[in-house]
Amino acid sequence: MSILVYIDQSNGAAKKASLEASFYGKTLAAAKSTEAIGVYLGEASEDKVGSLGNYGLSKVLHANDSMFNDFDSKAFAKAVAAAAEQVNASDIVVPFNQNGKQLGPRLSVKLNAGYVPGASSLPNDNGQLTKAVFSGKSYADYTVATDKAIIGLSANSIQAEKTDEIAAVEAFSSGVSAEDFATKVLKKEVLEGEIPLTEAERVVSAGRGLKGPENWGMIQDLAKALTAATACSRPVSDIGWRPHHEHVGQTGVTVKPNLYIAVGISGAIQHLAGVNQSKVMVVINNDPEAPFFKAADYGIVGDAFEVIPKLLEEVKAFKQAD
Amino acid sequence: MKILVPLSKVPDTTAKIAFTNNNTEFDTSNVQFIINPTDEWYALVRAIELVEKNGGSVTVINVGTAENDQFIRKALAIGANDAVRIDAHAKDAFFTASQIADYAKANAYDLVITGKETIDYNGAQIGGMIAEFMDAGYVGLVTRLDIEDGKVSLNREIEGGEEVVEASLPLVVSAQKGMAEQRIPNMRGIMQARTKPLNVIPANGTNSIVNIAAYHLPPAKSGCTYVDAENVGELVRLLHEEAKVI
Repeated sequence: MSILVYIDQSNGAAKKASLEASFYGKTLAAAKSTEAIGVYLGEASEDKVGSLGNYGLSKVLHANDSMFNDFDSKAFAKAVAAAAEQVNASDIVVPFNQNGKQLGPRLSVKLNAGYVPGASSLPNDNGQLTKAVFSGKSYADYTVATDKAIIGLSANSIQAEKTDEIAAVEAFSSGVSAEDFATKVLKKEVLEGEIPLTEAERVVSAGRGLKGPENWGMIQDLAKALTAATACSRPVSDIGWRPHHEHVGQTGVTVKPNLYIAVGISGAIQHLAGVNQSKVMVVINNDPEAPFFKAADYGIVGDAFEVIPKLLEEVKAFKQAD
Repeated sequence: MKILVPLSKVPDTTAKIAFTNNNTEFDTSNVQFIINPTDEWYALVRAIELVEKNGGSVTVINVGTAENDQFIRKALAIGANDAVRIDAHAKDAFFTASQIADYAKANAYDLVITGKETIDYNGAQIGGMIAEFMDAGYVGLVTRLDIEDGKVSLNREIEGGEEVVEASLPLVVSAQKGMAEQRIPNMRGIMQARTKPLNVIPANGTNSIVNIAAYHLPPAKSGCTYVDAENVGELVRLLHEEAKVI
């Protein structure tokens, strides 16, 4: 028996969500007195793959094949299922991110294994996994009725601790061929150098209160000073001030950072649905009646154009002193 | 081209969430239900647009009991050609996906479009399960979907950006914002919906494989600590010393 962790990668590097999944897998493995093994699909250096041992994997099965550089749910599910058979996995941990959300349900059917999408806890004494339901308005404890389980791990649910351990890297023949791929990626458009919103530990988000896209500079500056990602409310992406992938809320991205700072966002229920799992929420709004204050941990009633530049200076001073 | 659109019935976004039976069941009393927003606004409307352009038909499918017929009629009023209801409680996603996939396979659907996730259980899983049961391709979180000569071209969201993807049919996709614009049913659509076919068929014998043991509400927030706009340094101090998030 073992715990298998799917390592989601981009351009030859494991995503942050995969490091969290590795550490989660290792913790789960320790509780079950077994080991956590990774499966890495796509070209990468042996050093990089082996460094996943830093997060607790004892071994990584590596299909070092360019065919896997771009994600396809059908082919990847076949490969990961083959890895699960090979290592006799009782649990398969998959990051609950854009690729993982496609892979997890396929594995559930392929392996006849119950799937908990968006789990935010390790199993409790009864083997139950907690996950947010009703768009963050509640939580539910899930039980899996099958021998095997697929755990879709929600981002920022566990703080991955790093060691100097290196994982053994083993070449993996997945049995997958080009014919197993159902899709082909023609083009990728990713903003370089920015922190992906779904992985960010801190998020600075702004709404219509900013009055126009030309005023986003101070939001980006504040985000940079806090090593945070930037986000926005739905109206802002609808008018085209900011790209759609920054839109958080019911019809946009769901985020779960440690710190969510909302500037000039009133806090409609549809917006809260995307952010209410944040650990700490700060609301900055000139309207003291804005409903967002009811959900906030910290609030400043004031004009964003005065508060944000001052806050930026204070954060910079704090970072320098820290 | 035959397109199948699964519909889920969910509590309205603004519904107050409460539980009964020792916190093991969702309390449906006084809850207003709707069609899951991304199913209705994006999956269904894009399916109708594709049929308007390329010909074919759109079938909506729901796994549920007779009380769901009113939601199915709404989808027919928006413009679906016909509807199927699998007469069973939707026990879990695995059970539900198995029902929908069996129907899609038996009736040779080319394309299945779901919403990106339901707003009740937020699993984002039904599309991937249907695809695996059908042995078809699956692309999730799609913001654009076009079909030319049987070739599918689509955009899908990835971390911090988008991918342009090419796929062939049969295919399953999950739709999100960007793919289409919400349509409100008009009087003519509502009249036509009354006579459109709604076939009720029995469920297959698949078992459910996950269960919810208990629900719990998040701990109540202790309230908002206000910081004076003239003293924002205090906020930085609180975030560092009290909240420990910077």
